[in-house]
Amino acid sequence: MNTPVEQPRTSVWSMYRAIVGIGALCALVIVSVFNATATRISENQARFLARAVAEVLPAAQTTVPITTTDDGRVVETAETLALPAFLGYDANSELAGAVITAEGMGYQDTLRVLYSYSFELDAIVGFKVLDSKETPGLGDKIETEPHFVANFERLDATLSPDGKSLQNPIVTVKQGDKTEPWQIDGITGATITSEAVGMMLDESANKWVPVLEGNLPELLNIRMSEDE
Amino acid sequence: MLGKEISSTDEFLKGLWRDNPVFIMALGLCPALAVSNTAMNSLTMGLATTFVLLASATCVSALRNFIPREARIVCYICIIATFVTAVDYIIMAISLELHRSLGAFIALIVVNCLILGRAEAFASKNTIGRSLLDGLGMGAGFTGALLCIGVIREILGSGTLFGVSLFAENFQTWTIMVLPSGGFFVTAIWILIVNRLREKQAEAEAQAQTQGASS
Repeated sequence: MNTPVEQPRTSVWSMYRAIVGIGALCALVIVSVFNATATRISENQARFLARAVAEVLPAAQTTVPITTTDDGRVVETAETLALPAFLGYDANSELAGAVITAEGMGYQDTLRVLYSYSFELDAIVGFKVLDSKETPGLGDKIETEPHFVANFERLDATLSPDGKSLQNPIVTVKQGDKTEPWQIDGITGATITSEAVGMMLDESANKWVPVLEGNLPELLNIRMSEDE
Repeated sequence: MLGKEISSTDEFLKGLWRDNPVFIMALGLCPALAVSNTAMNSLTMGLATTFVLLASATCVSALRNFIPREARIVCYICIIATFVTAVDYIIMAISLELHRSLGAFIALIVVNCLILGRAEAFASKNTIGRSLLDGLGMGAGFTGALLCIGVIREILGSGTLFGVSLFAENFQTWTIMVLPSGGFFVTAIWILIVNRLREKQAEAEAQAQTQGASS
């Protein structure tokens, strides 16, 4: 057997120098790369969102980012929100619909989706997954499964007579059990993910639809005031 | 290696075949199984890992006399994490869709034992030039292995290759291939093939030697 070789002890100063020196060098590299890529990344994010908005509300030629105020009004905003919402206007500057971001817990991680609401049909008419880490081949079918995507061609979101919530809650039912227009036909094998979509749409629509419908005359003015 | 000087070409080639990180050394299997569900993901992950390998090998090799033995692991991890963060930003700047499809696995390159392994076993003992060749070979070997797995999984699991549809609409995709278990099956089959080829190669070499000795 080999006898253990006595290693010379390294001084504290040289360890300190190496760790702090390398730490500072690494920080410099990270900050440089961050600065060099920040503009491109935010451009990419804006482009990705704009493309997604155009996909869920193809009729919209122009969009106006909106937010709600504490007193229940809808106003235009210049801030970048965590859950952005937009009003879409068609080529004739008529209100084409609203595009809203919703968020909720999926099976693996937070799911973020974008959906469009039609004032004319009182229904959700477009849907796109923005951010998902669901199981490939199962949970990610919410993006590809034709019968699931078909739910959002016209998903009823009619307001109740008192104007405070939806008349019927949006719910996900078992695959093949859909009988009502406000039900989402789920996906076998992706039960939790498809139910999560139902829950987040119900929560978000219950928050947004009453505010949007309650402020409909002003929504037309948001666009007009921008034109002036 | 028995005191024999290894040529630069061998330094590069060993990562591709003899010491292939995935099929021979079985290093970095976690990302190899997780993101190899499509050819594009495999290629991006391979290139990102190669970039981190090259950058960290250069740094570790250049600083090898400056880093004390007791503090080497923390220094290596710090260097590797820096370049992984850089590659994360770069991929986001190139394409958000690509970044989305790779999920958390870009950040997890930090703990890919292939990179720490090469820093510790090679770059910390060799010149920058040799470390770069080693990193390039290992990176190419890793990318190649991921592509071998990814191409098969994408063709069978999604019926496409690099996103281009290969079959008619009625092609029944093998969902298992895009799931992690499909990754295990395909990797196992490749390891089987590579080992068989290596055995044959060794047999042929041994035969050539005996013939050479007898003649």
